Amino acid sequence: MKKVSFMDMPDVPKGQLPEHLELQRTRVFCGSDAPTHSEGIQYSGAYASMGIDNSLRLDSFCKKFRVEVIQLTEDEIEFDMIGIDASLANAFRRILIAEVPTMAIEKVLMVNNTSVIADEVLAHRLGLIPLDVDPRSFEYFSGNDSPNERNTIVFKLDVSCKKGARITVKSDQLKWLPNGSELEMTTPNPSAKPKSYTLFTCSQASLPEFSDKPIGPKHQDIIISKLGPGQAIELEVHAIKGIGKTHAKWSPVATAWYRMLPEVVLLKEIEGKQAEELVQKCPVNVFQEIEDIGKGKKKAVVANPRACTLCRECIRGEGWEELVAVRRVKDHFIFRIESTGALPPEDLFTEAVKILEDKCDRLISELS
Amino acid sequence: MRKLRRSGKIGEFVSIFVNEKQRCVYVASDGGRVCRPLVIADRGISRVKEHHMKELMDGVRTFDDFLREGLIEYLDVNEENNALISLYEGEADTDTTHIEIEPFTILGVCAGLIPYPHHNQSPRNTYQLSRMDTLLYLLVYPQRPLLTTKSIELVGFDKLGAGQNATVAVMSYSGYDIEDAIVMNKSSLDRGFGRCIVLKKYSVVTEPYDRIVKPQMISSKSGYVVDSKMQILDADGIAAPGEIIRSHDLFVNKHSPKIIRDQAKPGELRETPTPVTYKGPEGETTVVDRVVLSTDVNNRLCIKFLVRHVRRPELGDKFSSRHGQKGVCGTIVQQEDFPFSERGICPDLIMNPHGYPSRMTIGKMIELLGGKAGVSSGRFHYGSAFGEPSGHADRVEAISETLVKHGFSYSGKDFIYSGITGYPLQAYIFMGPIYYQKLKHMVLDKMHARARGPRVTLTRQPTEGRSRDGGLRLGEMERDCLIAYGASMLIYERLMLSSDPYQVQVCRTCGLLGYYNYKLKTAVCSMCKNGDNVSTMKLPYACKLLFQELQSMNVVPRLKLTEA
Repeated sequence: MKKVSFMDMPDVPKGQLPEHLELQRTRVFCGSDAPTHSEGIQYSGAYASMGIDNSLRLDSFCKKFRVEVIQLTEDEIEFDMIGIDASLANAFRRILIAEVPTMAIEKVLMVNNTSVIADEVLAHRLGLIPLDVDPRSFEYFSGNDSPNERNTIVFKLDVSCKKGARITVKSDQLKWLPNGSELEMTTPNPSAKPKSYTLFTCSQASLPEFSDKPIGPKHQDIIISKLGPGQAIELEVHAIKGIGKTHAKWSPVATAWYRMLPEVVLLKEIEGKQAEELVQKCPVNVFQEIEDIGKGKKKAVVANPRACTLCRECIRGEGWEELVAVRRVKDHFIFRIESTGALPPEDLFTEAVKILEDKCDRLISELS
Repeated sequence: MRKLRRSGKIGEFVSIFVNEKQRCVYVASDGGRVCRPLVIADRGISRVKEHHMKELMDGVRTFDDFLREGLIEYLDVNEENNALISLYEGEADTDTTHIEIEPFTILGVCAGLIPYPHHNQSPRNTYQLSRMDTLLYLLVYPQRPLLTTKSIELVGFDKLGAGQNATVAVMSYSGYDIEDAIVMNKSSLDRGFGRCIVLKKYSVVTEPYDRIVKPQMISSKSGYVVDSKMQILDADGIAAPGEIIRSHDLFVNKHSPKIIRDQAKPGELRETPTPVTYKGPEGETTVVDRVVLSTDVNNRLCIKFLVRHVRRPELGDKFSSRHGQKGVCGTIVQQEDFPFSERGICPDLIMNPHGYPSRMTIGKMIELLGGKAGVSSGRFHYGSAFGEPSGHADRVEAISETLVKHGFSYSGKDFIYSGITGYPLQAYIFMGPIYYQKLKHMVLDKMHARARGPRVTLTRQPTEGRSRDGGLRLGEMERDCLIAYGASMLIYERLMLSSDPYQVQVCRTCGLLGYYNYKLKTAVCSMCKNGDNVSTMKLPYACKLLFQELQSMNVVPRLKLTEA
């Protein structure tokens, strides 16, 4: 008998992986006990013994890569990112959370605070208020330069409560001071000229970016504090540019995350009573019953796999795992960004891409 | 007798206890016995009937009426031994004499705060109780527990919480979570999780002859300025509320009169400054919250300061859930490195699963499930003790159903992506909210290190204890280790050079300690009255002290020196 390599056997498809390996490479299997094959296979020679090249080619990536926006509102975006590795998708997510800059209140100059909230806590609360201002028109404030109109935004909060009343201080009471600080530094030397805390050369309101859109908090109804009769708060805050890595208040997103595209496959034909049960089982209506005309029986089909939240109800119970397979597609990401309001969510993503690009450039220039 | 009590003829707290063994009846009426009200049952049939309850609802009847009419009575510990008490009405049989009003009332206030205590190993509940009373500090953002009990509502704990509902992922992460340590999310801390206010009181008592003066001006390059330590003082010389106070700052700029025996020379200062300084954690900014001026019993002016310090959790701070599961913060990790679920939920803290098997705190797992069902359905779930049959606690089956209805797995385990690699984890992770409390053991109060510092006058050895900036003792057992290892130079350094080195003059003839005469610049032995055979050596001061103490007791220690 002539010796034949198994690769040359007629049932082995040429140039591509056998079916089960291809599935393991491209899908995460979500079993009822644990997910398997969740890692991506990066090594270019992983399937070399089968004569298959697993390396990533730029041209094939360019051909395959797609972005489809599913939903876009003022502060939320959902889009599909197809044909990319999880490491890259994750890089964008990480950059969005920690490295895209925004403006946030960093310094609080307390003039008077007789409210029940302690100064530090009040300052912390103020810091977390999202500001509606494009951070791209500002520079970072470094320790040795003085606060000026290019790196600092100044707000004033001056509220007091009359006798016999109770008021709630909300974020709309923060007044923008385009001309910089109105407070004067106390100098030990009384004869010296009083100095302001900021050195603005011109009013921020005269700058083209802000002339038509005044700066303020994104939401007007954030409760800062509550005042009882006779209590008052007077303070000035300085907002500067920063990134989420330093403090979460500078994070431009409430959260940004992705999930891999769900794929629900019926391994066997599910008919009749079983089909009904399956449709009943799923809380998010992934399955649907349809009339099979040929046999006159009801048949279950996967109607809306995207809705799957992976509750694993459909594979719960004896025997169901042989009928239904729940999988995730490893290179298809349903990306979701919830912006805090400084930048629209679609801009946030392009900013994140730019930051990753800068990082790559820096790496290349350092290496060469 | 019991009939008399039930009819209200004698006091309701009088206990009648029949001791069959001793063939006697004990009647106790003394105060301080713990008594519990129970519903009386005749042959297992409750005396409290439907119409009684209806009257109670309508407000016609009060608890005292029940007592007076002999429907309910108080039993003390002894009399409980004569009774057969059934938990629920349905469980009562013909021998039953009493029925519980409500099973969760078996537990008191503190134990009532634990959800599902009847699912925990009993020592865990006891640990939790001992932990409750140690809570001392104010939380900045307290929350009411997502999984409540009836007792919590009765006590009003839901109005004044002492913890926060943290989303907990039960998984291993980074290795900094072994031995019950927890990994915390930095962004959660940034947003106020676990932040607390520590208030401390300091008081200063001034004698009537003391004078509090306004801050002195000292001359510097830019003219006269207030001394840096006195910046927070008001014009009256007392620290002002709202000022940031750092360690070594002055509280009160106090001056006391000098004790002058002779007539003071004109122009000489009659007072010495005796300021009171603040000693707080170094490098931390604390704030003077309140200042109170009052007088004490001896009619002296007493100035009290309340110093406030807002702390965010740091490495080593102690946290605890309500099931006696304490743990210290092992590491703080950025949010982007934290795992996230399919819905974008990122846990606040990660707990190691090894905390479960040996502790057997099933109650905590049910709390997690119930809390998760609570947040997804928008209804507070209950976990009162022994409450499942009476509907005061949600059953796990019902909770699981709610979870499934909202698209979660019935087991509470989620599909999680790693925040570091971006790939899904190879296990489903048990994740959900658990009520966590911050305990008062904080690193900042315990951290201590010393290089050089104060010494005890008697032995000239470093002082002991954190409050005195003391050294860390190399004790006997540590010394044994060094001896066994043969690290003689290290022993020499630790026990002598770094402790209390002292130079002594030892007479080679008599073996006693001499002294160094600085006038003659020679060493002299006071025993031999000459300095011929005196050599200089180093000795721990404590050793020299011992010799002298022995000498004072007529014991002569002699040192025999050999050439080294």
